[in-house]
Amino acid sequence: MKQFKPYKHLHRLALLGLVLSCTACSNMQLVQTVQPWEKGKLAKKEMTFDHDKLESKFAEHTYSSKESAFGGSGVGGGGCGCN
Amino acid sequence: MKFLNLKALAVIIGLGINVHALALENGKPAPEFTAQAGKGNIQLADYRGKVVYLDFWASWCGPCKLSFPWMNALQSKYGAQGLQVVAINLDTKQEDALEFLKTTPGNFHIAYDPKGVMPRQYEIKGMPSSILIDRDGKILAQHAGFNDASKAKIEQAIVASLGSK
Repeated sequence: MKQFKPYKHLHRLALLGLVLSCTACSNMQLVQTVQPWEKGKLAKKEMTFDHDKLESKFAEHTYSSKESAFGGSGVGGGGCGCN
Repeated sequence: MKFLNLKALAVIIGLGINVHALALENGKPAPEFTAQAGKGNIQLADYRGKVVYLDFWASWCGPCKLSFPWMNALQSKYGAQGLQVVAINLDTKQEDALEFLKTTPGNFHIAYDPKGVMPRQYEIKGMPSSILIDRDGKILAQHAGFNDASKAKIEQAIVASLGSK
């Protein structure tokens, strides 16, 4: 008697699933490109990384102090280790 | 097997970059459009016999703001010779556009396409974008972006189109 092996065709099923999900994405437009004229919200000031000059400067200072990594931004220290 | 995988990879990459980068073809008839203007709708057919400078703009777009005074100058300079600047606003909220126009007025035709139907028709690739359409409704030139270099280039194209009647 032939034994039923439920996992025999599992990889085919997985492939089918993958193909279906891919076509679903492209057909149903789940993944949409933001068009050039649709970037109104992205153009807002609060959508930029450093919309607050003071805040970003402060964060930059803390970062460079904590990481003791000069050179990436601003002027390098004199080597006294005092920041 | 390895070869097969490479092939599959090529197909996947190919699908990924399938988005066509080309705009409309110059010399072909410009797509017919209808857009809501202040008093009613405007259509491309209304401008037959005129050279149309079709501009796409939005209130949030910096270069668009810079282009407005220049387009005003274009309209007053070449209007008599048959140029009509038509600026299509693509803001989703018309109030944003009206707010923009309070500080940056335009002396040309302004219409609104909040759903973004026209930029799809005209396959717009950047903001602002402009299409120069001749007196017979054919596309003469296309331009994306706006800076000082654009001004001279576009004006040259306009002068050339007005000359050839």
